Amino acid sequence: MMAARPALEILQPGMLTTVQDTGRYGYQRFGMPVAGAMDGFALRAANRLVGNPDRAAGLEMTALGPQMRLLDDVCFAIAGADVAPLLDGDAVPMWQPILAPRGSLLAFQAPRDGLRAYLAVAGGVAVPAVMGSRSTYVKAGIGGLDGRALRAGDVLSAYETGGELRAHRRMPDGGIPVYGGKAELRVVLGPQNGAFTRQGVRTFLTAEYAVSIQSDRMGYRLEGAAIEHRDGADIISDGAPMGAVQVPGDGKPIILMADRGTTGGYTKIAAVITADLDKVAQAMPGGAVAFRAVTLEEARAALREREGVLDGIAAPARLAVVSDGAVSDILDEGGVPIALTSAAPIAPIARRGRGRVRVGGEIFDLDITIRQVNGEGE
Amino acid sequence: MIYAEPRFLPAGDAALVVELGDEISPEINRRVRSLSLALERGGVAGVFDFLPTYRSALVFYDPLAASAAELQDALTGLLESADEDADAAPQVVHIPVLYGGDMGPDIGFVADNAGLSEMDVIGMHSGVDYLVYMMGFSPGFAYLGGLDGRLATPRLQSPRAEIPAGAVGIAEAQTGVYPVASPGGWQLIGRTPVDLFDAGREPPALLAAGDYVRFVALEGEAEFREIRRQVEAGEYRVVREAVAE
Repeated sequence: MMAARPALEILQPGMLTTVQDTGRYGYQRFGMPVAGAMDGFALRAANRLVGNPDRAAGLEMTALGPQMRLLDDVCFAIAGADVAPLLDGDAVPMWQPILAPRGSLLAFQAPRDGLRAYLAVAGGVAVPAVMGSRSTYVKAGIGGLDGRALRAGDVLSAYETGGELRAHRRMPDGGIPVYGGKAELRVVLGPQNGAFTRQGVRTFLTAEYAVSIQSDRMGYRLEGAAIEHRDGADIISDGAPMGAVQVPGDGKPIILMADRGTTGGYTKIAAVITADLDKVAQAMPGGAVAFRAVTLEEARAALREREGVLDGIAAPARLAVVSDGAVSDILDEGGVPIALTSAAPIAPIARRGRGRVRVGGEIFDLDITIRQVNGEGE
Repeated sequence: MIYAEPRFLPAGDAALVVELGDEISPEINRRVRSLSLALERGGVAGVFDFLPTYRSALVFYDPLAASAAELQDALTGLLESADEDADAAPQVVHIPVLYGGDMGPDIGFVADNAGLSEMDVIGMHSGVDYLVYMMGFSPGFAYLGGLDGRLATPRLQSPRAEIPAGAVGIAEAQTGVYPVASPGGWQLIGRTPVDLFDAGREPPALLAAGDYVRFVALEGEAEFREIRRQVEAGEYRVVREAVAE
């Protein structure tokens, strides 16, 4: 049992704030929905920014965020929808780890871009793992904090990190997503695209849809042109992954999301690719959505790129940068006095090149590959 | 009809459907079960979850660990060797049920609808072993096949706001047990004192796809309450017996 300490006291719960991790996989065959973060990318980014493993639990905050008091010195990061966080009334940045002392007040404003924001605290939110996951599945009251959304007065603990809290990790350049405007969702057609007329598939891929107000963690209902079936919308019930686009008899697509039932009896024309699921999770009611078909290879390339962004989250290299032999004063927080000669500044992305390293009084010319290592011990 | 070759259909970029036939039949479902048992043993690169259904399985994978083509090859091999494996023998799971009365307020309607007596309904409902074709709909819910066609009954005109956990019902040609309290329109004919789903248990569901279910009629409320007491005390052992092949 990992040791945990009280970290957050919820003063106001916000509209819908739940404990979520990357989902409860492994139990779908018992009818257990996966749940987990709607925007897994943002949760994982927040986790990595505070040095947590991807699977650590954080808070998913929907639309109107909560207000909380820190009960301990905490390193936290907020990612996802831009909720203009305030620490003791002062604006603090999103997508960046922040060290805050015990007693601080953390509040959020209405999202300026996106719908769901994620709060990760170093160590991870401490709630019991149920079936291997800390995600809350509210409908059955399973996981998270007592299986429910957070309320005023709740106290959440964080697991102890076993080390000094450091807020030194950064997102790579260009790695922060922008959600606004029309969401163009890339999809892989199938498994039942054959159940639609040629015109039906064309409608699906050309029409613009609007996110219905009746959208939640289970699914996004879309308003717009009806998609024509060949011969009815019913199939022998089968399983559906997150992002599956189900089209019932009325022809209006529904994107199945984190809290979807494991099985369903309606045709699924396509599924949104993993790399674009965050765009769905961040789409607001009324927002515009369109679909574009891609191949599995294209989907894989898009995912690789997305994972590259997460892998680019790292501490600045523990080296000082110099240009043309002039040593700059940039040292990492640990203050290790090593200098590196490089024509380009060190971006937090793996980089390869020739460099000159000075250790004490000696200078070495080296072929250098900088590898960003996440988690502990980089 | 069982397909001569399995069909592989993409369900997005991180899940693959393995479809083995085009109808609901015990033979096709048995093939799904073989694949499922093979997947449960693990060892397929990239696979992190799977979900067997009536006539297909949905296999969840990490596309950066294995491509769809690589996964398809691995699953094809698995299906071929799964056929040769002696499957773990399916089990008949005995589910005690108190029929009628407050526990089964609609049994009279089901009986009238079928032109039978309540005793006939109980005898027919508890006289068959039902195949668990798949789990789904809600945690621990089993889709059962094998209901006597004479017991098929339309759903309630107006669904109940809450049906208690353990309620045994009939809807059209299906019968099933509500694992958790929920609203619903099934005709309720009885209730079981055992928990079909317990998040703290491993596995959490009493039933799994491929099992058979036998409803065993209880004598009265005293017996129901005694079993319930044992369930809550963690003392009750559900009877499971091997299916005679």
